[in-house]
Amino acid sequence: MDMLKTVIRLALRGLLAYKARSLLTMLGIIIGIGAVIVMISVGRGANASIQKQINDLGANMLMVYAGSSKQGGVRGGYGSKPTLRARDAQAIARECPAVSEVTHITLQTAQVVAGEKNWNTTVYGTTASYPVVRDWLIKEGEFLTDQHLRSASNVAVLGATVVQNLFQPGETVVGRKIRIRNVPFTIIGVLAPKGSDPRGKDQDNTLFVPYTTFSRKLHGRRLPGVVHVICLSARSKLLVNEAKREVEELLRQKHRIPPGAEDDFSVRALDEYAQMADKTMDIMTILLTSVAAISLVVGGIGIMNIMLVSVTERTREIGIRMAVGARERDVLIQFLTEAMTMSVLGGIFGTLLGVGAAKVIGMVTGWMSPIDVDAILLATLFSAGVGVFFGYYPARQASRMDLIEALRYE
Amino acid sequence: MTVPVIRFEGVTRIYPMEGETVEALRGIDLEIQRGEFMAIMGPSGSGKSTMMHIAGLLDTLTQGSYELEGEDVSSLSKNQRADIRNRRIGFIFQSFNLLARCSALENVELPMLYHRPGVMDRRERAMAALEAVGMADRAHHLPRQLSGGQQQRMAVARALVNRPALILADEPTGNLDTRTGREIIKLLGSLHEQGITVVLVTHDPEIGRSVRRRIVLRDGLMETDEVG
Ligand SMILES: Nc1ncnc2c1ncn2[C@@H]1O[C@H](COP(=O)(O)OP(=O)(O)OP(=O)(O)O)[C@@H](O)[C@H]1O
Ligand SMILES: [Mg+2]
Repeated sequence: MDMLKTVIRLALRGLLAYKARSLLTMLGIIIGIGAVIVMISVGRGANASIQKQINDLGANMLMVYAGSSKQGGVRGGYGSKPTLRARDAQAIARECPAVSEVTHITLQTAQVVAGEKNWNTTVYGTTASYPVVRDWLIKEGEFLTDQHLRSASNVAVLGATVVQNLFQPGETVVGRKIRIRNVPFTIIGVLAPKGSDPRGKDQDNTLFVPYTTFSRKLHGRRLPGVVHVICLSARSKLLVNEAKREVEELLRQKHRIPPGAEDDFSVRALDEYAQMADKTMDIMTILLTSVAAISLVVGGIGIMNIMLVSVTERTREIGIRMAVGARERDVLIQFLTEAMTMSVLGGIFGTLLGVGAAKVIGMVTGWMSPIDVDAILLATLFSAGVGVFFGYYPARQASRMDLIEALRYE
Repeated sequence: MTVPVIRFEGVTRIYPMEGETVEALRGIDLEIQRGEFMAIMGPSGSGKSTMMHIAGLLDTLTQGSYELEGEDVSSLSKNQRADIRNRRIGFIFQSFNLLARCSALENVELPMLYHRPGVMDRRERAMAALEAVGMADRAHHLPRQLSGGQQQRMAVARALVNRPALILADEPTGNLDTRTGREIIKLLGSLHEQGITVVLVTHDPEIGRSVRRRIVLRDGLMETDEVG
């Protein structure tokens, strides 16, 4: 409307006349809206990157641990009770239709020596299907084969971090000899780097040998056939829960667990990791939202304060406007518009600040942080809302002013 | 018999003042006909401004009745009074009462901002009003960049712009030197010649003599009412 245009123009003129004061007044809104923008974009960026990490662990993957989840078997570390066997994994592969691939791992930290150099890493005894379940690419050479498993050969496949620490860059690795716990092994392959898992553990600091070799030559045959974790992948994302149910049923039967008794194993789907990550995200969101809310309230109170001062300072102006025909509503709208102009302008500055900060955070953390139009729209609406809410009381004071008193005001 | 522009009957205004009350007007009966040019005189505190404020619907009366162009306006709502002030009355103050941060043009446009329904040719009408008071070449000046006489011309232009039937001027020359004051009175006289009813308050007997009708107030009562 025509009048609104004039009112906004005058409001901007007033703000420009007192630049420092206006800026200080808007600071709360600027910080609040900035925080909202950062919150939304960084939150989304972080979430996307965590989801990606989880997917990188392996598509549709499930893991079976020894010990009941209620006993804290999962948290208590691998194989707190040696209840899982390699034959359990074989049974799953045979009897669970929703499961496409199965592997199992047994692990132990060990010192690895190559020539002069040595390095401590986690040695995994596993099967040929491990890279398939984990969606892991082979960079050089080949992975363990069924033949290697049957004959318990002394062959090893190395993760990128192990290669880095034992060999010079550019050196040929495949075919070289290393010693694990003083047992000689031949390197047959190197894995492509995979980075850290959602908990931050370096997945490339690993070394793989056939589990048969592992249990006979490295582990000391104490518990033949025992494995720490069974990893498997469901045929599709939709079948993850179905696979979990089948595996649980089969293992209860094989382990002869009577109905009602507690499992001696636990099956975890990766989406549980996703939920864990979501929970962390939620806490961060709540924190940032509180920061944003508090600074918006503080900013709003700042605007209210300045508007109250402004109403007093401009008593005469209000009187003049009323004398030439401004109604209560006209004065109310004028001062509300001024409060909103201030808060929306603060919102715009805050948005720019937030977008900048989100870009910097995205650059530092490597998170993609997409800035969405809806976030900016939300911020603008929020700041306008703050303006209306905190501008209403001063504007009402202005509109209720006594005309004759206002005209007499010096 | 035509309807008078202003018809006061027993108009009384009592201000409450810390327990006491001040009777600014104590029963004024008065009729002002269309096209009159009238002066209100009287000593300080006699109620001249109070009477102007009531006539201009800036203030409300305590007792009595007020008919503006035949319509009883004694007990209108705030909004209705704002509307009448806007369209039918132009008010000129001793202290100009211009918006300091707005140009002459914007000040003159101000009443049209609140005119309902909105005026389309606002800028043109404001310019015409400024021209009528000989201020067209100062349209983009701020009040503080103008002399007192020029500021009061601006105020007259603002009072004119919505084409009111009645112009009320409360000591329009009070802040001006004698010569500039005379020019403003001449300007008001020319408005009267165009058919607008003009009522002004003045302390200057010479100005009082120059208009056709003058009344004198004393202690809230009308003392004399003379024509010629
Ligand atoms: N808002 C008010 N509250 C209380 N008393 C008031 C108010 N306005 C006017 N009065 C009192 O009413 C009386 C008349 O005042 P008014 O301003 O009408 O006088 P005036 O004739 O215009 O005087 P002057 O020539 O000095 O302008 C005075 O005694 C004044 O103190
Ligand atoms: Mg007075």
